[in-house]
Amino acid sequence: MNDTHQSTPLETRDLGKRYGRGGRWALRGCTLSIPPGRVTALIGPNGAGKSTLLRLAAGLATPSHGSVAVFGADPRGSAAVVLPRIGFVAQDRPLYPRLSVAEMCEVGVRLNRGWDRAFARSRLARLGIDPGQKAGKLSGGQQAQVALVLALAKHPDLLLLDEPTASLDPHSRRAFLQVLMEASATDGTTVVLSSHSVPDLERVCDRLVILSRAQVLVSEEIEPFVASHRLLIGPRTAPSPVGQSGRDGTVVQISHTARQTVALVRTGGQGRHGGDIGPHDARWEAHPVGFEEVVLGYLAAAEPERAGEALSAERGADTRRERIAS
Amino acid sequence: MIALRLDDRSGVAAYLQIVQQVKHALRLGLLHPGDQMPTIREVVTSLAINPNTVQKAYRELELDGLIGGRPGQGTFVLRTIPGASAANLAEMRAGLDRWFARARELDLDDESIVALFTVGLRANPPPARASEDEPEPNAAQAQGTERVA
Repeated sequence: MNDTHQSTPLETRDLGKRYGRGGRWALRGCTLSIPPGRVTALIGPNGAGKSTLLRLAAGLATPSHGSVAVFGADPRGSAAVVLPRIGFVAQDRPLYPRLSVAEMCEVGVRLNRGWDRAFARSRLARLGIDPGQKAGKLSGGQQAQVALVLALAKHPDLLLLDEPTASLDPHSRRAFLQVLMEASATDGTTVVLSSHSVPDLERVCDRLVILSRAQVLVSEEIEPFVASHRLLIGPRTAPSPVGQSGRDGTVVQISHTARQTVALVRTGGQGRHGGDIGPHDARWEAHPVGFEEVVLGYLAAAEPERAGEALSAERGADTRRERIAS
Repeated sequence: MIALRLDDRSGVAAYLQIVQQVKHALRLGLLHPGDQMPTIREVVTSLAINPNTVQKAYRELELDGLIGGRPGQGTFVLRTIPGASAANLAEMRAGLDRWFARARELDLDDESIVALFTVGLRANPPPARASEDEPEPNAAQAQGTERVA
């Protein structure tokens, strides 16, 4: 294997996972590559395959089809090489409730070569967590913090987090993300993080993977990806406003009212201005769109009946659309 | 040292918010040449924000020649934004105040004033000068709407 391949923290090829013979595909045809030092958001409705993808990457599940490679090696076949480089924080109750925080640190030292006890101790002290406390007695926010500190003390090259902030109040969530981003800045850790909290993801992530119905819809760098989209609003048009509005591009999602058509369009250009503007119909307006609106557009197009489920903190993208369209 | 913040709802990309805040502070004289900038790690930790985003913002400010790194010491403000001296700003502000007073006499509401200002700004782009303080890269995004034109 060559160096570029070995330095890719996570790479999947046509990866699929099916639970039980003839069962539902939890993940299918997943091909993606996560570059080093980046923080990737994993977004999709429940059941889209987010946890399955993370578990396959962590070597906790076996692929039914295709392959997964972590730093160029199979996380199950080469577990001894790969697992020391991976940190994984599971979705629910990632700690042993009966062990004290200090005891869990001891477990960390025994199970991981080079586990950084001093790092864990100073970080826990900074968070005001008593090492004598049993994990089960900690608040939800503290448990999430401890789980993150334990994973970070391993100084992993790849950190996989499955909805780590789901049960946290806003203050704990911010504190959690601060610790995470500090680690990313200090160690250059590659992070893959699933969450429904879009504002959080927008803050901390620079890459985006959208999963829907067990498949990858999008795997891109966030800033240029979002900047290449526009919301086109104009007189009712069927079937597509692209061309008429003077913009080359692909329609991601389109909706109509009696008089108007609203379309989320990915413009041809990748630049900040979202591509060239050609001849036009002056009745069309092109609005720049934010991260959440773009994500919602893709999910709504893929799963019109349940797009809302994927996101917790919607910030008026829909209301704006309704207002404009009415 | 400048305190940076992030508005989740602005719709402006995070790195651009940082660039704009630093330029804003330079224009208002809150930051001076020689002032030290926070380290990337400090910004990342205080805002809980992606390190690459902060790096990108700093790189853009470096390309504009506004900040620069001194090996082993940190990042410092190199120069201020041309034309934005305190005296210039005060003069322009006085002119604006007279303009606002007249607008209020004529019963213009806030939205009309903002619209007029925006139209005027677009009708009077900065004179083409080699690389000196270019217009904000995506003023269109900062403003929220653009006409297909």
